[in-house]
Amino acid sequence: MMAASRKIVEQEPSEIELLLPWHAAGTLNARDARKVEEALARDSELARQYAVIREEYAGTIDLNESLGAPSARAMQKLFAAIDAEPAREQGASLKFAARFANFFASISPRTLAWSASLAALVVVLQAAIITGVLMNNRPASYQTASLSMNEPITRDLAAAAPPRALVRFVPDARVGDITALLDKYQASIVDGAKGGMFRLQFANTSMSKDEFSSLLGRLQNEKIVSLAVATP
Amino acid sequence: MSATQAASDDTLIARIARGDRLAMQVLYGRHHVRVFRFGLRLVRDEQVAEDLISEVFLDVWRQAGKFEGRSAVSTWLLAITRFKALSALRRRKDAELDDEAASAIEDTSDDPEVAVQKKDTSDALRKCLGHLSAEHREIVDLVYYHEKSVEEVAGIIGIPENTVKTRLFYARKKLAELLKAAGIERGWP
Repeated sequence: MMAASRKIVEQEPSEIELLLPWHAAGTLNARDARKVEEALARDSELARQYAVIREEYAGTIDLNESLGAPSARAMQKLFAAIDAEPAREQGASLKFAARFANFFASISPRTLAWSASLAALVVVLQAAIITGVLMNNRPASYQTASLSMNEPITRDLAAAAPPRALVRFVPDARVGDITALLDKYQASIVDGAKGGMFRLQFANTSMSKDEFSSLLGRLQNEKIVSLAVATP
Repeated sequence: MSATQAASDDTLIARIARGDRLAMQVLYGRHHVRVFRFGLRLVRDEQVAEDLISEVFLDVWRQAGKFEGRSAVSTWLLAITRFKALSALRRRKDAELDDEAASAIEDTSDDPEVAVQKKDTSDALRKCLGHLSAEHREIVDLVYYHEKSVEEVAGIIGIPENTVKTRLFYARKKLAELLKAAGIERGWP
């Protein structure tokens, strides 16, 4: 059998020989350990060298263990030096992380579990509330400009909106007569004639409701007027 | 070292990085003896070795935030110790590291020949281990006593893995020569 070991005075050691000390210490990986075991099983000279290595191994441990231990002075000196060290600078994020970790570390597991459950419930309730608000306030996909008949129409007549009336003139009314009437009532035609009706707007915006009704009554009695009604 | 302790060491280092003094005490209690012995084997002076461990663990206190966990904490500690020990030896002009100078350092205990006279092989082995050069002592200690893998030793010493293997081989060869000179034949080489 070809010996894995070599006479070191003659040639370089083999790879297996080089690994023997680590095999004795048990620090080889599984693959190398298996290779060494196989070589030891078939090579008696290598096995003899391995026995020598085991003696060296035991002797090295004996020697180191006989060295004793350092005195307490070493530890005192170390911690005196640590105490003399300047305050450690930590990044803000590290300090925050440390406080965060310390806070949760200070809470018992049971308390932490209840807190987590409560927090989850709050999150669910909050989500439900937000969803409800959004659903109620959500604008329609389109809006009409039509008048809602369910809502009362209110208008402040004394405000900027001037009083108006729909007026139908008699068929034989002349333009001159109409112009004179408009001057008399300080009115102007703002729209018409739809269906024979003209929309008149009066210049006096400070009329009360009664005054406006009285005006409409007088207007209705004019010869060239067949109909006069209030209109927005 | 177990994987559990290694993970625990990593946790201690993270706490030390945040300024946790108690974590520092735990880490010190766990590793200071091995650090001391490794340093003492390199500098051969108890006073200097004690100063070393204070310096090593003070470095840990200062540098914990930079520890990335790419090696075991124990490996990191030994690497720092080695660096500090070599710095201490450089300060001591009478402590050169070559083989001849290391061999010339006077050992106050019995020499190998005396040990042989006592017919105590294990004692002679210990004496001869003490007579190895600093370079050989550290690699023997790292592999046998500190149980470091090839890769870890390479990281601590700063040499290629193949060099780690051959260096230990020649350290063992030197040990065998010392024992043979002391009259002890072990059947290898």
